Amino acid sequence: MTRIPLVDYLVLDEEPHLVAQECTSCAARYFDRRSACAGCGLTDFKPAAVATAGVLRSFTIVHFAAEGVDVPFVAGVVDCDGTLVRGNVVNIPPDPEHVTLGMQVQLTTVPVGTDASGVEAVGYGFEPAN
Amino acid sequence: MAENVWILGIHMTTFGKHKDKDTLDLGAEAALGALQDAGVGIRDVGVLGSGNLIGNPGFGQLLQKQIGQTGIPVYNVANACATGATALRVAIMAIKAGETDMGLAVGVEKLAGAGLLTGNARAAEGGHWVRDGRFGAVAPLDGRVGTETMPGVFAQIGMEYGYTYGGADFELFARISEKNHAHSTLNPKAAYQKRFTLDQIMNDVMIAYPNTRPMCSANCDGAAAAVVVSESKLRTLSLEQQRRAVKISASVLTSDPWQEGCQVLPDINTLTRQAAATAYEQAGIGPGDLDLVELHDCFATAELVHYDNLGLCEPGGAVDFFQSGATWRDGSTPVNVSGGLESKGHPVSATGIANIWEVATHLRGEAGARQIEGATVGLAHVIGLGSACGVHVLERAAA
Repeated sequence: MTRIPLVDYLVLDEEPHLVAQECTSCAARYFDRRSACAGCGLTDFKPAAVATAGVLRSFTIVHFAAEGVDVPFVAGVVDCDGTLVRGNVVNIPPDPEHVTLGMQVQLTTVPVGTDASGVEAVGYGFEPAN
Repeated sequence: MAENVWILGIHMTTFGKHKDKDTLDLGAEAALGALQDAGVGIRDVGVLGSGNLIGNPGFGQLLQKQIGQTGIPVYNVANACATGATALRVAIMAIKAGETDMGLAVGVEKLAGAGLLTGNARAAEGGHWVRDGRFGAVAPLDGRVGTETMPGVFAQIGMEYGYTYGGADFELFARISEKNHAHSTLNPKAAYQKRFTLDQIMNDVMIAYPNTRPMCSANCDGAAAAVVVSESKLRTLSLEQQRRAVKISASVLTSDPWQEGCQVLPDINTLTRQAAATAYEQAGIGPGDLDLVELHDCFATAELVHYDNLGLCEPGGAVDFFQSGATWRDGSTPVNVSGGLESKGHPVSATGIANIWEVATHLRGEAGARQIEGATVGLAHVIGLGSACGVHVLERAAA
């Protein structure tokens, strides 16, 4: 079965990871398609693999969301060795007794769904590190 | 050096549900109220700054067709929740530039009953994956890669402060909300004027932890407007107009400068810190001189970080500052004595002028039961996510 990543910056190889666009001038990192660097204005970027282990810098537990979004879920910001990453915290009960600021987390993949051609889309999240 | 600009007249409608009034009715009520308060007419006004996000993009001209088509330039502006402050800045800048000696700014919104203002409902799924947008996403990201809802975004902003400095937990944020709702009981223009106990706040419906429903700003209808005037023009007006005029000692608008992570979680801190620093410099005062502050508590989690961003406390000291009681109306730096956006309400484009109305009303000594006695200097702060930050420092006219 064919698998595709949910977003361009997710790489689904044997060790799934995220790839940022890093400014070759000031080293600012981005995850979206770039026009130029918002930090220094220059336009040259190189791909940079982002660390898959990190620390949960902030989170919220969303109980009320747009129609069709499964709740509750944990949305967070993970500091992956200096690069901040947005992602859900998964494979953990969505409550403040289990999810805590500063907890160690690890990138993991999350199934999104399969389209009419049988292509599976795969997203990512962060789960508690062992 | 451009000359000083003063508020000559200002008005805020009651915030809440206005079933029988449309956006134009509310905008006209605020504008006419401000003109009446100023003791001038629409023909005295040389520029109009207008803000309305949810309605017609040409709102200013529609408003003129109700209150006076005088041929003056109209600037219809949009800056998210800072739209009202931006409209006011337009009028102030026109005066400072010498193009006119009097301007009008209006912000209005009809939001009663609106739900979440962001967070995409999902498109029907099935069919074939197609990459879309600047992340090349094959499916909507809200809920899959974090949250796009405002309660969730601002919850993370407050929690990040807790991660950095410690001490910011669910109960602390709920206590901030308890304060603002307590303040609102003295404000007859607030959409909600009900006191809540800490237990009631913590046990209400959870929207995005740690923000429960009463810790979120209230969608409602409302409008606010201000007439601003050059100092030299003011000196030609009556003594009564001069006595009630409020000096705009600082007027600043900033956008968010690039910081690591600012495109992952919006950084509402750096632009507020820069706006505050510039405002204190312009006004020649420090945060210790402020008799009251209206800051942008779109969520209880946001209020905490702005104590720090506005320099009301030592860096990293917002938790201790709040726990000292400083920001209650009888404290050393009363914050959101109007009840704040959590209870007064948040009709988006009106907010950045309504907070100035609140401060100006105290400086004039006209705030009734909630008057901060002897107030001479106040600050109004607003944030529009994306981001824009407006900070105004106001001073009472010398007796």
